[in-house]
This record gives sequence, structure tokens and C-alpha cells, in this order.
Amino acid sequence: MDFIRDNLPYILAGISVGGQYALIAIGYTMVYGILRLINFAHGDMFMIAGLMGVYAVTWMPLYLAIPFVIIFTVVLGFLIERAAYRPLRNAPRMSVMISAIGVSYLLQNLALYVTGGLTKTYPTIPWISSTITVFGATTKVVTVITPILTIALVVLLMILIHKTKIGMAMRAVSRDFETSRLMGIQIDSVISMTFIIGSFLAAVGSILYFSNYTGVMPTAGAMPGLKAFVAAVFGGIGSIPGAVIGAFIIGICENIIKGMGLTTFSDAFTFAFLIIILIVRPSGLFGEKNIDKV
Amino acid sequence: MLKIENLNVHYGGIHALRGVNMHIEQGKIISLIGANGAGKSTTLRSIMGLVPKSDGKVIYKGEDITTTPTIKIVKGGISLTPEGRKVFPDLTVKENLLLGAYLRKNKAEIQKDLEWVYELFPRLLEREWQIAATLSGGEQQMLAVGRSLMSRPQLLMMDEPSLGLAPIIVKGIFDIIKQINEAGVSVLLIEQNAKAALEISDYAYVLETGTVVLEGPGKELITNDEVKKAYLGA
Ligand SMILES: Nc1ncnc2c1ncn2[C@@H]1O[C@H](COP(=O)(O)OP(=O)(O)OP(=O)(O)O)[C@@H](O)[C@H]1O
Ligand SMILES: [Mg+2]
Repeated sequence: MDFIRDNLPYILAGISVGGQYALIAIGYTMVYGILRLINFAHGDMFMIAGLMGVYAVTWMPLYLAIPFVIIFTVVLGFLIERAAYRPLRNAPRMSVMISAIGVSYLLQNLALYVTGGLTKTYPTIPWISSTITVFGATTKVVTVITPILTIALVVLLMILIHKTKIGMAMRAVSRDFETSRLMGIQIDSVISMTFIIGSFLAAVGSILYFSNYTGVMPTAGAMPGLKAFVAAVFGGIGSIPGAVIGAFIIGICENIIKGMGLTTFSDAFTFAFLIIILIVRPSGLFGEKNIDKV
Repeated sequence: MLKIENLNVHYGGIHALRGVNMHIEQGKIISLIGANGAGKSTTLRSIMGLVPKSDGKVIYKGEDITTTPTIKIVKGGISLTPEGRKVFPDLTVKENLLLGAYLRKNKAEIQKDLEWVYELFPRLLEREWQIAATLSGGEQQMLAVGRSLMSRPQLLMMDEPSLGLAPIIVKGIFDIIKQINEAGVSVLLIEQNAKAALEISDYAYVLETGTVVLEGPGKELITNDEVKKAYLGA
């Protein structure tokens, strides 16, 4: 109990950042589930969403800026798929991966050009940036609402996937393009839908994440993106519940390590963790066996 | 109802279909037999628009569907039960069947057809909530056929529906094919089980290395010496 009491602020921070990783990780895992593609540009989409948040508040009131950021990110995700992945639908998978890496650099360089390389300060969103006290630990409201919002969105997503017609089509397409086509499913729309959902969640994640960490720079997507990716691999890439659980575990471990005064090692931990998973259990917590990994 | 003229298909350098001509009449059962690798599956897959055609024409109900996208062909009333069942393994039996009706909107009609499929295959009703991967091979085949029926096809194309099934179930499948046909559905059937296929067929085509080498009424082909030797093992 002492351990929990002493570490409460770190555990809280861990749950919060875990929720933010989860929102990014879902985008990785869903795209992988359908296209068997690791969308390297996903972390940069997250960064662009953050940057858009910085600029949007200078153009419009906050209550419009938030939906604007979300819509902008969704449209961007949709367009990236259309422009960079769809034309390569029948190409070898390696070509699509290279295209994804290209998009990633393109977004980073665009951001570098627009910001001039300066770190931009994320706007303060009233209420969610204010501080509260939970079990004697002082923290921001965003820390508390992140896991709640994350879980709520994940539940909605699971309902969409398991109870609706489009969800059924998504599950079918993720298994077998050709037979799905024979059912009359429009593969391309289902894939677009996947990118739309992934981008939407990344945009929500960016608002929560940058409200906490405030600085947005062109490489700001790299670390959270990588950690979310590790979470997705840990959970078994392709599995949504796996990615969410993986993200929470990584967020919490990372912050407890920080709490022990080993901040410098917290990132190293995540990647050491990735290597161990890949060696010990390459299919992850909930992953299917026998699917080829890229 | 369906006319195939001079159909040619290439897979890279392989010339898989070399000018196939076929005619499927409305309301009939037509079968397509031939050795492994003759191009039977390729014929059906290219009709559905899954494989690009390098030459030739496909005319369905007077309309040229040579380059029509698969989704429109399905909407137009052609359904393919693919070779090797291809049920969606992690979906339930019911979900698989509902995917067959993906393009249909009328819920009441879908429900009616669902009941019809369950009547044809009572096993599927018992296993309505079971995950398709856990069905036996025969049950998966029933599911694949049922799923095709759920699109309410006017032309049902079946690629080896009896593959790997016990003789008694094969007989059941053939009975059901007849039943489906009597309900007004035209059938194009690929079978390794040439005798059974020819017996229920109004007309049949024999394919060899990408060309039709023989055709005629099913009952006639059964007695044809070449067919006997090559496909009936007699
Ligand atoms: N995707 C593909 N790529 C390359 N060649 C292919 C492909 N699909 C089929 N072929 C070749 O085309 C030829 C015809 O194949 P097809 O599957 O149509 O035969 P089939 O008559 O259905 O045989 P079976 O009775 O074994 O199912 C074969 O020589 C096969 O190797
Ligand atoms: Mg075949």
C-alpha cells in the first residue's frame, strides 16, 4: 500500500498518458488489422493535430477550434490514405511501407517549415487544464478525464465494430479482401473508414496529450507515436483491446520508473520492452499467431 | 442469361484462358468440368471481375459486364461461392449469412431468406451463434452456399461445393442445388465429382488447358467415351 501511496502521482500520470497512447495506438492497430501496414505517418498526424490546435485558437474561439482540429485531422488522414496508400493497393507491401515513411517525413518537414523549428505552446483549455486533488495527489483535470474518455471511446468503437453493419464489413475485410468483394463490400470505403476512425482518435489524443505537455514541435509525434506503436505490438497488433491495455501498461510503467528518479531510463525501458516482447511473445497479448510481421 | 465470348485471361506470363465460349441459359443448371489447372476457377473469377480479362466479352442479361466492378455484378444478381469455402472465420454463422445480404436493404426480405437458408441447412440454425472457424468442413461448405443464397442471386456460380465432403453430404448438397434451381435460380457449377454434376446438369462444358474442348447436354456427356475415360474413371 505504501508503494501505491508514494507513487500515486506517478500512477495517475501513467494512467493518463497511457490513455493518450491508447488513442494513438488504436490507429496503428486498426490500420495494421486491415492493410497489414504499419502506418509510420500516424505519429506525425498526431503532431499535426497538435500544431493545428496551436494555430486554430488564433483563428477562432476555442469551442470552434476543438471540433476544427478534429475535422482537420480526420480529413488529413482520409487524404493521406487516398493519395499515398490507395494507389499502391496491389503493390508489394514494402512499397506501401516506404510510402508511409515518405508521408511521415513530409509531414515533419511541412511542420518544420511552418513553425520554423520553434516549439509552439499549446493553448490552455479551461477546465481540463485546471488542477484538482485526487486522493491527496494534486494533478490536472485532464489526467483524470483522459482514462475516462479513452474507455468511453473504446467502448463506442467496440460497439461499432461488433454491432453495426459497417463494423461487420470491417471485420470481414480485415480477413479477406477478395471474398469481401464477392459480398459486395466496397473495400476502399471500409479502408477509408478505418483511417477516419484512427485519425479521429489521434486528434482527441493530441488535445489531451498536448494540454498536459504543452510543447508542440515538428518531432513531437515521434515519441508518443513510437510508444503507442510499442503498445500496439505488445497488445498483439491488430487487436484493439490489446492496444489499449498495452498502452495503459506502458504509460504506468514509464511513470513509475520516472518516480524512482530514473527519468533518463524511462524511454529506454519502453524500447527494451519492445525487444523483449518481440523475442518472448511476438504475437503479443491478444495477437493471432501465424500472421506475418513486417 | 450469361454469355461468355472468346474469354482470355493471363496471369503474368501464364495464358490461363484461351478463348472460352459459354452460354448459360436462364433457369438451367450448367456444369463446367475439367482437370486440375484447366481454368475452371479462373473462368468464374473473371466473370465476377476478380481477375482482369485480357480479351473477350461477358454479356449478362444483354448487358456488357466485361469491365464492370465486382460490386455491381453482385448487385446485378450474380453470386459466386468461392473455391475452398472462404467463410469469414472469426464471424458467427449468422454474421456470415448477413454479409451475403450486404447489398440488400429490405430487412423483412432478408429475414425471410435467412429462414429459407436455415430451412435448407438446419445445421446452420443450430449453430447460428457459433464462430465460423469452429464449424466442421461440411458445415462451412453449407455456410458458404447459404451465404451466396443470401444475396438472392439470379445466377449462382459454385466452385466445387462438394470438395472434401462425405458422400452423404455431397448428395445433400446436390439435392439442394436442384432445389435452389427449382426456386428459379440459374446455376453454374464446377465439380470434380463429374458424374454427379453431369447427372443434374441440363448442359455441360469440358475445359482443357484454357479452352472448351467438349460441350453438350449433361446426360449425353456422361455416355461420351472421352469424358468417361478422362473424368468418370471408367
Ligand atoms: N493467381 C494466380 N497467379 C498465377 N497463376 C494462376 C493464378 N491462379 C491460377 N493460376 C494458374 O491458372 C491456371 C488455371 O487455374 P484455375 O484455378 O482456374 O484451375 P482450376 O480449373 O480451377 O483447377 P482446380 O480443379 O485445381 O481447382 C493454373 O495453371 C494455375 O496455376
Ligand atoms: Mg479451381
